Amino acid sequence: MIAIVDYGVGNLFSLSSSLKALGLETEVTRSEERLRAADRIIFPGVGAFGDARAKLEETGLVPVLREEAERKPLMGICLGMQLLFDRGFEYGEHEGLGLIPGQVVDLRPDLNDPSLKVPHMGWNSLRIVKDDPLFKYFKDGEYVYYVHSFYARDCGDCVLGASEYGGVAVTGAARRGNVWGVQFHPEKSGDAGLRLLRAFAEL
Amino acid sequence: MLAKRIIPCLDVKDGRVVKGTNFQGLRDMADPVEMARFYNDSGADELVFYDITASAEGRGLFIDILRRVASEIFIPLTVGGGIRTVDDFDRVLKCGADKVSVNSGAIADPSVIRAAARKYGDQCVVLSMDVKRVDGQFRVFAKGGRENTGMDAMEWAVRCVNDGAGEIVLNSIDTDGVKGGFDLEMLDQLAARVKVPIIASGGAGTMEDFAELFTHPGIDAGLAASIFHTRQVDIKELKRCLRRQGVEMRM
Repeated sequence: MIAIVDYGVGNLFSLSSSLKALGLETEVTRSEERLRAADRIIFPGVGAFGDARAKLEETGLVPVLREEAERKPLMGICLGMQLLFDRGFEYGEHEGLGLIPGQVVDLRPDLNDPSLKVPHMGWNSLRIVKDDPLFKYFKDGEYVYYVHSFYARDCGDCVLGASEYGGVAVTGAARRGNVWGVQFHPEKSGDAGLRLLRAFAEL
Repeated sequence: MLAKRIIPCLDVKDGRVVKGTNFQGLRDMADPVEMARFYNDSGADELVFYDITASAEGRGLFIDILRRVASEIFIPLTVGGGIRTVDDFDRVLKCGADKVSVNSGAIADPSVIRAAARKYGDQCVVLSMDVKRVDGQFRVFAKGGRENTGMDAMEWAVRCVNDGAGEIVLNSIDTDGVKGGFDLEMLDQLAARVKVPIIASGGAGTMEDFAELFTHPGIDAGLAASIFHTRQVDIKELKRCLRRQGVEMRM
């Protein structure tokens, strides 16, 4: 069973629909027991870093996620991915979960063309930086759907894939150990996104 | 780089798609769920659903359709039609919409944009505007293009973006239905004033119209209804054609 962590940020309808469409057993939950029982965890999120971090703290699930990430595959999506890094700088400085090295910073000042629009919203091609089982069914250069204004930087050798925007190699996918993160929305990335979710379910 | 987007728009009334539905090879030519599935599989980058139902009964049907569509398509989905309050945003987002488009509702009460953007984020709030030239000035029209509000279109757009609209669908009443090409003059003026994605609507008749549209760098997406529904333009073929001309396209 794949558990989708429900901590009150964002709409989980599409994510759970896409897993169901793949025939995967899925549960949207905030129960410690269910997260422990799951064989995989997806950690979603939309909104702002600090706010989501505070909401996650309120659930008391942070130690559970840390422990379970040692035992089974965990994947953060969009803001869920961002929270996996060391720190975030959206509306102040906030501590992340520190499960993948890196910091989450404003995309704007790093762009080489000030006329580019932020959020980075739409379909961008994902270049595979490092081969990984997550890309088992994914071809280098396929398009994925992004909506975000902050991005993960200084991730060292944890970057698995990146998309180019305004001269910035936007971290699209990252991994350390059992913990994966994707900045784009696989559940909104058409067939390519579904294939990526299928690979996650087979990890 | 970001790809330019091709977006079919489905006008849904009392549970059926109503505009230019002439699909071939589909069991039910005007079933919105079946059409959505077809577009999901045929290269559409996003879908827009407009609820043009008047009755409460029809609204219930729409909600049911929306849930079914959202659970079967895996590309972004924007929903509009009759959106007036934050509760309306909530209602369609819970059914699986990713973005909500507001038009007359924002004209009646502009505060809805700020309130919705604060609650769901700018990326969720799409301003849809119907614009027509009146004595050489771009004016915003309400009620499906029937009523001149007297507002300057560019000032209205800037105000809504400042309030949190994260994307604009600009529908030119002057070119809508004419199939003589998008309203590039109007679109360029808007692109010079706002820094959010702009979706061009109204006037697409041929593949060349899209090719010309995307030579204007400020435009992010092209939206159309009947030319896609009637298969006058096939999306896969359109995207191949645009890519050959150097437009970044997701294939």
